[in-house]
Amino acid sequence: MRDLTVADIEALAIGAAILGTGGGGSPYIAKLRCQQALRRGERIRLISLEELDDDALVMTLGGIGAPTVSIEKLAEGREGLRAMRAQEEFAGRRISALMSSEIGGGNALEPMITAAAADVPVVDADGCGRAFPEMQMTTTSIYGHRSTPAALTDEHGNVVLFQHAVSEVWYERLARSCVVTMGGSATGAEAPMSGAHAKRAAVPATVTQAINIGRLVLQANREHRSAIPQICAQEGGKHLMNAKIVDLKRHLLGGFAVGEIQLEGIDEHAGSRASVRFQNEFLTFERGGSVELCVPDLIVILDVDSGQAISTDLLRYGQRVAIVALPCHELLRSPEALAVVGPGAFGIEGVEYRPMPARPTPVISLSLQQGETP
Amino acid sequence: MYRIGVDVGGTNTDAVVMDGRVIRAVVKVPTSADVTGGLMEALRQVLERAAISPAQVGLVVIGTTHFTNAVIERRHLSPTAIVRLCLPAGQCLPPMVDWPEDLRGVVGDHVFFASGGVQFDGSPIAPFDADDIRRIGTEIRARGLRAIAISGIFSPVRDQFEQEAAAILQQEVPHASITLSSSIGQLGLLERESATILNSALHELAQRTVASLQDGVGRCGIRCPMFLSQNDGTLMDAATAQRFPVLTFASGPTNSMRGAAFLSGATDAIVLDIGGTTTDVGLLSKGFPRQATTTVDIGGVRTNFRMPDIFSIGLGGGSIVSDCGPSSEVGPRSVGFRLTELARVFGGDVLTATDIAVAAGKAQIGDASRVASLDRKIVARALEVIEQRLADAVDRSRLSPDPIPVIAVGGGSILMPEQLCGLAVTRPPHFAAANAIGAAIAQVSGEIDRIFSLEKLSREQALAEAEGAARERAVAAGATADSIMVTEREDVPLAYLKGNATRVRVKVVGEMDLRGH
Repeated sequence: MRDLTVADIEALAIGAAILGTGGGGSPYIAKLRCQQALRRGERIRLISLEELDDDALVMTLGGIGAPTVSIEKLAEGREGLRAMRAQEEFAGRRISALMSSEIGGGNALEPMITAAAADVPVVDADGCGRAFPEMQMTTTSIYGHRSTPAALTDEHGNVVLFQHAVSEVWYERLARSCVVTMGGSATGAEAPMSGAHAKRAAVPATVTQAINIGRLVLQANREHRSAIPQICAQEGGKHLMNAKIVDLKRHLLGGFAVGEIQLEGIDEHAGSRASVRFQNEFLTFERGGSVELCVPDLIVILDVDSGQAISTDLLRYGQRVAIVALPCHELLRSPEALAVVGPGAFGIEGVEYRPMPARPTPVISLSLQQGETP
Repeated sequence: MYRIGVDVGGTNTDAVVMDGRVIRAVVKVPTSADVTGGLMEALRQVLERAAISPAQVGLVVIGTTHFTNAVIERRHLSPTAIVRLCLPAGQCLPPMVDWPEDLRGVVGDHVFFASGGVQFDGSPIAPFDADDIRRIGTEIRARGLRAIAISGIFSPVRDQFEQEAAAILQQEVPHASITLSSSIGQLGLLERESATILNSALHELAQRTVASLQDGVGRCGIRCPMFLSQNDGTLMDAATAQRFPVLTFASGPTNSMRGAAFLSGATDAIVLDIGGTTTDVGLLSKGFPRQATTTVDIGGVRTNFRMPDIFSIGLGGGSIVSDCGPSSEVGPRSVGFRLTELARVFGGDVLTATDIAVAAGKAQIGDASRVASLDRKIVARALEVIEQRLADAVDRSRLSPDPIPVIAVGGGSILMPEQLCGLAVTRPPHFAAANAIGAAIAQVSGEIDRIFSLEKLSREQALAEAEGAARERAVAAGATADSIMVTEREDVPLAYLKGNATRVRVKVVGEMDLRGH
């Protein structure tokens, strides 16, 4: 176990945005809330999956709704705590630890706000290792855990408990309409799972991974150089190209921002063309007439100069970007996972998922990082 | 009738007289500590040089960085009460939470939360509570505060409760100056609220400064209305400038780019403003600078103003040339304003980019004989480096491989080659007065940024409705209706929300109606 610092949270927000692969929402507000909690004297304690008891009760919790609403309608503050208490009441047990359902974007930090307030630890893991647009697209759910009973809360104190949904897709559907009624953003806590299930199904050590990526970016910015080579070396990633956005199409489909960008290579990639499709997150990278990379591997678009992630809503004609691919976790590559998060699940026909080489075994030492000032 | 444009900078005050699209006279005088003295001196000189009488002036436009500098230097800011209309939402992070400590200290910790925020569709989050606002007003009066900022959740969608709260607070605190967030900015509560607070804190300074600018113009015998140029390169009248000083924050670079465009005759161009230490590069589209999409820091405060998308590289006329064998470097270190003392051509012993330009015969500045013995290889290599860095900067701004003119302004533009990346380079005359000219040619704008539900409206209807509202705003600000054209139109679907909500932003500009004033 280790206590996260204000500087860790700063790095985490940057890394989480990168792992958001264009979606997940901006971590800015959640970052400020975590840092405020730490300055108030609350603690954000990170524990590894190994430290969890098999019969511990682990719950995922996060914001649900439109990122555009959440930057405007700031939370009351105790929405997450109310969702957690509702789940504890229904389960008749205390929650042992909270976990992020997706490390990509703002929801990497949301559980930490509630964990700090309730003084429970946060698990160094998540349900995606990236971000996905729908709630059933998590490893915990793919490997057998059901989101219901789930609790949704709003700023008024309303607590809605979805006792049972016949499928994850049904829960997603029911929750969405409830979120709209709650004003477009709400806090959701999914059914608690056992520590044993989290160990089996959650993507491990992703909080640490995001912090480490964020540190590389901060370090590179201080030294006025690109963070990309080091990110690729650390994550087993591939720097696909530097490019300029020469066309951008965006439209609505069932509440999602769907679109495609056309890229023209710059620097050493001058002369080549490519395209990226997205549905909230980036889905495919196509070059020379074939899909070179696709979900669930991570396609990340970074600002060429700052190394910071660019989300789909900030994409802009003429932007100069670096396209980087990062391998997803093995848990997303099984046949049952690919049925839910593979290209076919996003309506992309005729594309077979060809996994990029796996991430090198991370050399992560939690104790080493303690006391470091990134 | 003639137009006068004035740029009141930190060091110099530039003024220009324009007759339609013809420049009649240009002057530069030192800025005075009281602002007015320098302004009057510039006006007198420029009238004299243009040989016109004050009665022949139909419009005076002033661009100033005065209010930006006040925030950066933390000077002349009033303690301000902040009333956030949000309850029960919005309590998790207080206003100014991401401000630098020292600036927050200057503005003070006078934060109040009340109900009156709305949801994205305009329905109230909770009923508006007039009694509570009255109680807050009593407290503000008791604390002796005269500046108030009101920020309501989703007020850009519906500003009714910000308006109602303002009416009540005005009764309770009669002499208070009140800024509503809905009149300042776009969606993004913290950023819009921060800009609103800065605006309130600057209000007293703006009252004083704009009044003394007006006084200076009047004392020169000029009786026509005076305007200030705002962030997007358009005009606002003096009364608006007094109420909304934050809208001048980015007017400097905007005016410089628009002035450059005017001088070269291009409406679409890449503009390089090459100074002594840095080069600012931006892209003009339809005569206006392309806007940045990310948040903009002002004095350490995150705001979501629309600002020109400009980046700087450390290269200018004063850049120091270091000769390290084959890899000579130019900049980012610079002799800065001491160029005329330290550069070789001026008798100093530092080799600068200006010396290279003189040695290469690109410019006649100072004493060319002092660089005549320079090693030709060093000169050639340094020129290569300069050209490469400028070429990189230009390429970064290009949107397409299509040819686009490159305009170089500023004292360092002698460094510019005739061609860059195969694009023609223009160095227009009067380039040093680009700022003042940008102010003189400013137009009037209207802007709308709103969320529409496409359940009952089509996308086209939503865009048309937004455009109509933007046109109304432009006319209200003084534009002639028939000159208005759309400069920006953007709709971004809101992810995750069923009901097809979409955020629409439309901006229009038109010519100032001089008869109406």
